[in-house]
Amino acid sequence: MAKTVHPRLLSPGFSRAMQDPKWARRLLCGTALLFLALLLLVPLAAVFTEALRKGWGAFFESFNNPDARYAIYLTLLVAGISVPLNLVFGLAASWAVTKHDFPGKSLLITLIDLPFSVSPVVSGLILVLVFGVHGWFGSFFNSIGLQVIFAVPGIVLATVFVTFPFVAREIIPAMEAAGRDEEQAAIMLGASWWQILHRITLPNVRWALLYGVLLCNARAMGEFGAVSVVSGHIRGETNTVPLHVEILYNEYNFVAAFAMASLLAVLALLTLVAKTALEWRIQHLEKEAVTERTRHRENEPAA
Amino acid sequence: MNKNKRNSSRRVLPGFGISLGYTVMYLSLIVLLPLSAAFIETAGMGLEGFWNAVTRPRVLAALKLSFGLSLIAAFVNSVAGLLVAWVLARYQFPGRKLVDAAIDLPFALPTAVAGIALTAVYAPNGWLGAPLADIGIKIAFAPPGILIALMFVGLPFAVRTVQPVLENLDSELEEASAMLGASRLTTFRRVILPVLLPSVLTGFAMCFARGVGEYGSVVFISGNMPMKTEIAPLLIVTELEQYDFHAATAIAVVMLLLSFSVLFIINMLQAWSNRRTGHSRA
Amino acid sequence: MSLSAINISKHFGRTCALDKVNLEVKSGQLVALLGPSGSGKTTLLRILAGLDYPDGDGEGRLLFQGRDVMDLPARERGVGMVFQHYALFRNMNVFDNIAFGMTVLKRRERPSSNAIRDRVMELLAKVHLQGLEKRMPHQLSGGQRQRVALARAVAIRPQILLLDEPFGALDAKVRKELRRWLRTFQEEEKLTTVFVTHDQEEALELADEVVVMNNARVEQSGSPQEVYDHPASPFVIEFLGNVNRLKRGRVQPDGSVTSLYVRPHDIQICKHLQGHTLEARVLHVFSAGSVGRVTLEYLESGEMLEAEVPRSEVDSMHLASGQTVGLRFRHIRIFTRKGETSTQELIEVPYEHEA
Repeated sequence: MAKTVHPRLLSPGFSRAMQDPKWARRLLCGTALLFLALLLLVPLAAVFTEALRKGWGAFFESFNNPDARYAIYLTLLVAGISVPLNLVFGLAASWAVTKHDFPGKSLLITLIDLPFSVSPVVSGLILVLVFGVHGWFGSFFNSIGLQVIFAVPGIVLATVFVTFPFVAREIIPAMEAAGRDEEQAAIMLGASWWQILHRITLPNVRWALLYGVLLCNARAMGEFGAVSVVSGHIRGETNTVPLHVEILYNEYNFVAAFAMASLLAVLALLTLVAKTALEWRIQHLEKEAVTERTRHRENEPAA
Repeated sequence: MNKNKRNSSRRVLPGFGISLGYTVMYLSLIVLLPLSAAFIETAGMGLEGFWNAVTRPRVLAALKLSFGLSLIAAFVNSVAGLLVAWVLARYQFPGRKLVDAAIDLPFALPTAVAGIALTAVYAPNGWLGAPLADIGIKIAFAPPGILIALMFVGLPFAVRTVQPVLENLDSELEEASAMLGASRLTTFRRVILPVLLPSVLTGFAMCFARGVGEYGSVVFISGNMPMKTEIAPLLIVTELEQYDFHAATAIAVVMLLLSFSVLFIINMLQAWSNRRTGHSRA
Repeated sequence: MSLSAINISKHFGRTCALDKVNLEVKSGQLVALLGPSGSGKTTLLRILAGLDYPDGDGEGRLLFQGRDVMDLPARERGVGMVFQHYALFRNMNVFDNIAFGMTVLKRRERPSSNAIRDRVMELLAKVHLQGLEKRMPHQLSGGQRQRVALARAVAIRPQILLLDEPFGALDAKVRKELRRWLRTFQEEEKLTTVFVTHDQEEALELADEVVVMNNARVEQSGSPQEVYDHPASPFVIEFLGNVNRLKRGRVQPDGSVTSLYVRPHDIQICKHLQGHTLEARVLHVFSAGSVGRVTLEYLESGEMLEAEVPRSEVDSMHLASGQTVGLRFRHIRIFTRKGETSTQELIEVPYEHEA
C-alpha cells in the first residue's frame, strides 16, 4: 500500500505554489488531528484504561485461569498453522504469476484477492455449508471421525480463508518489480529451481515477504467474525482470544475482557511498529533503486 | 516423439506446472469451492424461496440498516480521509510519522477489541457517551454507534487510497495553475480534485464494502435489536444459530453479490483512473 | 565451437519475430547480429541461449558443433550470456556474482572453494576490476557492471558467448573503450561469440562477420567490408552508414522501381562545371572536424545531397552557401525492384583528377 516513493524523498520541500495559507494549514491540520484522536486514539486508550480499572493485580489475575491460557494457546496454534499455509501459497502463486506467462493470469490474480471482499460472517457461513454436519462433506468427515465445524479444524479453515490473499498480494508486486532477468541469468549459469529460489528470488523479495507475513499474522490472530461462526464458542476448546474477549464481555466481566483485549491491542501496536519500520526499509531500497536507475541512465561512474 | 508440441509448451524458468497447479488447487479448495456452495445452496431454494427469504421485514430492515449506514460512513470517511491524506502529504508537523503509522490502527486492531473499546467510550457512562447523553444524544446501542464503528474500520481505506496519489501529484500542475492566476481554492477544486476523484471514489467503494460486511466492531455497540439496530451480518449469525441455513445463505448471497459488484466497480474505477493519468500498468 | 541455426521461425501472437532464419557461426568467430529494433535479432539470440524457443513446427534446428541442442534446456547448453541490463544478482557482491555459476554445480563437479576463489580473482584481473570483489552491484558504474556480467558469464568456461546489446546502456566514451577491450578479450579466450547491436559502427568495427537483420529476416551476412562495400539490398545500404538516395526514374514503364544510392564520401565536388559533372548548389558547409560536410541541392530534381570532402578541399575551394558547383559520383549503386525480385548494378566512375 505505502510502496510508492515519496517525491518528497527525492526533492525536499515544496514550492511556494503548493503551500496553503497559514490559517488554512492550522485549521486543516487541527481538524484532522482532532478527528483522528477521537476516532482512533480514544478507543485505544479506553482498552488499557478499562483493563487497569481495578489495578495491576486484577489485570494479571485475568490471565491466571485455564480458559484464558487455552485461548492464547489456541490463537497461537491457529496463526501458527494458517500463516505458513498462506505463505507457501503466496510463494507458489507469485512464482507462477510473475515468472511465467499464461492465459487467464489477471483472472487468477483477481480470484486470489476475492476473500478480501467477502464479509467475515459470510466466510464462516460458507464453510459451515461445506463442512458442517449437514454440509456437502459433513457426513464424510463425520464418518472418519473428524469434526471440522465447531472444532479447531474449522477455526483454522476460517482463518486461512480470511487471511488467504495477505502474503500473495505483497509478494506478487515485489516479484513483478524484480523482473525475470536475474532468474534467467541464473538459469544460464546452470542453477536449479531450488538454487534460484533460495539464492536469488527469495532474497530479492524478502522485505515484501516479511511484510505480508506480518499483516497475515495480525489478521490471523485477531479474526473474529468468521471464527465466531464456525467455532461454537466452547470454552477451553474452541475459544480463541478474540472469542474469549466476547464471552467475558457478555458476562459483564469487563476487567478480564479488556485485559485479554489489551493483549491483542499490544499485538496490533507491535504490528504497526514493525510495519512502519518495514515500509521505511522498502522505501529506502526503492529510493536506492531509483537513484541507481538515474545514475545508470546518466552513466556517471561510481567513485 | 512429438517435437512440435514440446517446443511450444516449453518454459524457460522451472517450476511452472507445480506452482500454478498448487495455486489453482489451493485456491479452489479454500476459496472457490466454499463460495460456490453459497450459490448452489441458494439455487436449491428456487427463485421464489430466495425472494421470500430476503424480503421478510426483519431481513429488509437489517439490509437497509447495513447498506444505509455503510453509505453514510463511506461518505463521511471520504471527506475525512481526503482531509487526513492532505494533511499527511502536505504539512510538516511534529509527530507526522506517528500519525501516519496510526492510520492503519483499524487494520491491525482486531475488530472485537475495537468493538468493546468503542462501546466503552460511547456507552451512556463512557468518556464521550456520558457528556453526549447529558445533552440527549444517544450513540451506543443506537444507529449512531454503528456509524462510528463503521467509520472506524473504514478510515484506513479512505486515507490510503488517496494519500499516494496526492504524494505523487506532479507539482508542476499546481505551479502552472498558480502562474495562471488561480487561487489555492480554485486550484484545489479545478486542478487537484479531478485528479484525486478516482481514488476518492475507490476509497468510498472500499469503505462501503467493508462496512456492509463488518461484524466484530459493530455487534458490541449496536444493541442488536431486531428491526432497529440489527445489521445484516448479525442476522446471518442469528439465523445460523437457529439452524435456518436457507435464510442465512440467502442473506449471504445478497451480500456476496453486492461485494462482487463493488469489486467490479473498483476495477472499473482503477481502469478509468489509469486511462486518465495515462498509466497503462495494471 | 561452431554454431548453426537452421530454419528458425518465431511468432509472438500474430507478429512474426523470425521468419525462417539461418545463421552460421564458425568456431572462434565474433559475429554481430545487426538490425533496427524489432528486426528479431534479440529473439534469435535468446533462442540460441535457450531462453526462448522457436515455433513448434519442428523445422527449426540448432546445432552446436554439429550436435542438435534444441531439446537441451538453457542450463545445460553451456552457453554464457551477458544480458542487456546485465542482470547482476543485486543481493550478492561482485565476488559471489562471478562465483555463482561454479557454486551451483553439483557437489561432485564443484571446484573447491580455493579453486573458485582463484578463478574469480583471475577473471577480476582479466576484466580490470581487481579490488572490487566486495562491492555490491549498485555501487558499480555501468561499465564496471558490464565487465562483471561478462566475467560471470565466462566463469563457467562456456563454449559460446552471447551478448545482448552489450554497450547499449553505456555512454559514448566508455563504449569505445569497452569495445576495444572486448575484442582483445574475445581473441585471447578464442570464444565463439555472438552479439546483438543496433549500432552499425559497433558491428563493423568489432565483428568478424556481420549479420544484418530486418523484418524478421537476415538481409545479408558477410565480413564488415563485404556488407559495407557490397550491400545486397537497399535496406542494407541505408542501414550501414550514411547514404544519399536519388529517386531518379522512379517507376519504369514495366513497373519496376529504381533507386540510386551514392555514399557521401563518393561524391566529388568540382569548382566548375565540366563535361560529365552534375550541377548542384551549395546550401550549407559544416567544416568543424576532419572532414567537411556539404549539403547540396541537386538542381535537376531539387533533391538534397550530403557530401563528405576532405577539409583541405573545402578550404581550397572556398566553398560557401549559394555557390553553384559541379558534382561527380565515384560509385553509384542502383537497385531495381520489380515485384518481389530485386536486382542491382554498380556503376564505377573512374576517378579523374580535376584539370
